[in-house]
Amino acid sequence: MSTPHPVTTVDLAETPLRDLNRTLHQARQGSFRVLNPRGAHAVACGIDADIAVEVHGSVGYYCAGMHQKGSVYVDGNASTGLAENIMSGTVRISGSATMSAGATGHGGLVVIEGNAGARCGISLKGADIVVGGNVGHMSAFMAQAGNLVVLGDAGADLGDSVYEANLYVRGEVVSLGADATEKDMRAEHVRTVAGLLDAAGMEADPVDFKRYGSARNLYNFHIDDIDAEVARRAG
Amino acid sequence: MSGPGDSWRLRESYTFDRHVIAEIHRAANTGVYRIRGWGAKRKMPILDDLVFLGASMSRYPLEGYRESCGTDLVIGEERAARPLRIDIPITIAGMSFGSLSAQAKEALGRGASAMGTSTTSGDGGMLPEEREHSSKLVYQYLPSRYGQNPDDLRRGDAIEVVVGQGAKPGGGGILLGQKVSERVAGMRTLPSGIDQRSACRHPDWTGPDDLQIKIHELREIVDWQVPIFVKIGAARPFYDTALAVKAGADAVVVDGLQGGTAATQDVFIEHVGIPTIAAIPEATRALQDLDVHRGSVKLIASGGIRSGADVAKALALGADAVSIGTAALIALGDNDPAYDDEYRKLGSAAGFWDDLQDGTDPAGIATQDPRLTARLDPVIGGRRLANYLQVLTMETQTIARACGKSHVSNLEPEDLAALTVEAAAMAQVPVAGTDWIPGARRKR
Repeated sequence: MSTPHPVTTVDLAETPLRDLNRTLHQARQGSFRVLNPRGAHAVACGIDADIAVEVHGSVGYYCAGMHQKGSVYVDGNASTGLAENIMSGTVRISGSATMSAGATGHGGLVVIEGNAGARCGISLKGADIVVGGNVGHMSAFMAQAGNLVVLGDAGADLGDSVYEANLYVRGEVVSLGADATEKDMRAEHVRTVAGLLDAAGMEADPVDFKRYGSARNLYNFHIDDIDAEVARRAG
Repeated sequence: MSGPGDSWRLRESYTFDRHVIAEIHRAANTGVYRIRGWGAKRKMPILDDLVFLGASMSRYPLEGYRESCGTDLVIGEERAARPLRIDIPITIAGMSFGSLSAQAKEALGRGASAMGTSTTSGDGGMLPEEREHSSKLVYQYLPSRYGQNPDDLRRGDAIEVVVGQGAKPGGGGILLGQKVSERVAGMRTLPSGIDQRSACRHPDWTGPDDLQIKIHELREIVDWQVPIFVKIGAARPFYDTALAVKAGADAVVVDGLQGGTAATQDVFIEHVGIPTIAAIPEATRALQDLDVHRGSVKLIASGGIRSGADVAKALALGADAVSIGTAALIALGDNDPAYDDEYRKLGSAAGFWDDLQDGTDPAGIATQDPRLTARLDPVIGGRRLANYLQVLTMETQTIARACGKSHVSNLEPEDLAALTVEAAAMAQVPVAGTDWIPGARRKR
């Protein structure tokens, strides 16, 4: 049985952000408690190890940006680009996130216990996002792969130009974006939602969700060929 | 009375010439805009419209073959722990694996490395072959974020945040389905065979204030190790350059209207943006206003650079380095007359072929077809590119020495004159034989 690592505390009221991130980048294991983030940007970005970070307070832009392997928990709210381009591991916040939460995430899990603003999961590339509340307009815009699970409602133009990502919404959807459509909620999708709810620690019945995805009408240009038709008619 | 024949009575419309008529016919047949590669083909003021004045009674030249004339450049010394040091002021522009074959990307890396300069990744991520064969590789950070990951970000020798490019300021790229092979699709997390349209704006920042925070995040992720470039398509280069500096860039890449692309709408290529000759002075003026020109922020100009004369003129107008894309592909063998028969089968001809988007490049460069890519030997291609870069460098030095400069960065607008009023106005140098600079600005 391994010995638990002591928790390292970093107080951003006294320690420069650079020192915090350098410490987190050099760590290979352990737990860290970050105090007084006071809305600082780029808190705990670029983590690349199995470490656990707890941030006590709200953070600014790009908290846990390009995150890999470990976990980040924010007890507060987050501004733009929470866990942008996450590759693996987990990022969770107790409050709400503003724009572009989980943008372009390639893997891992992002959990937002409150609401997420506009463009949540924009250009998603394989990560999973679970939002306890609502998501704003243009969420999952151009989302390519992965899952967005929304326990509340979705704003306008959900899934505009979506590719192969799956969008699960329990509540109302104001409108779907270009080429987005409602799809069958088959058993495999119910299992996916159940698994993500379990991973996120959220209570909901997976059968209450509707699934949205790409109608695949924008995948290729539609090119006419009148000359060929005229030639055919001429025999 | 016998005449020269009916053809003398035919008068082609300047407005509706045969090219225009053919395009209207094509549009009426297909119902889709024309998508092609390359850059703007229209006539416009270019660097050929400038000449160097050379040394004279009042200027002392350097001996052309022997005296030292430096070509090196360091980017990012002020902020990066590992600044980018290049031996020549000519870099290879960002071009994606997907638009180009893996062999072409490797050849670009080999050629650039042989000359001690950098190459650049592209939309679609960093190719292992490219990293392996590039001694200095600039990693592009693009709106699409295809294949973007922190490991590659840290593997880069610099990071280039792409806001736009000269062929399509305000637009995203296109990669038609023929070139979206399984490997390309896998790197971009997309289904194979789709006509892939890249995003035109970044997903998690809008505007220069956000960009400043984004650059700070990138520096934090890579522990302030490497410099950060911002690439803009030339539209409003004075303001865009100033804003990029304010956002914290170590280098600003300004790509003019002639800048190439693998594929986009013809209407975009020909009608959006301003020429390189007009963009460089505006970007330079912004750097001078902020007192960083030839200092902490470097200017890299691109778009239609073909010769050492172009390189020298770009430097004289204020650039610290240039970037080449189309010319580098030609150096590898693009549009080689040896493949003329095959270009003609594609409805084009060697020297005219611009359908980089179709994946049918006989030279094996702009294609993913293994039958065609096998034609490009990356080692030979790399040697060709290195030779070409060598010639560009020697030509640049030749001109610099003739102007009495011991380093190519000492070239300046005073060394130039313009052959046309338009070029004089855009480049802000006098019309040859006069001291007249049309529209000369007072210092702002």
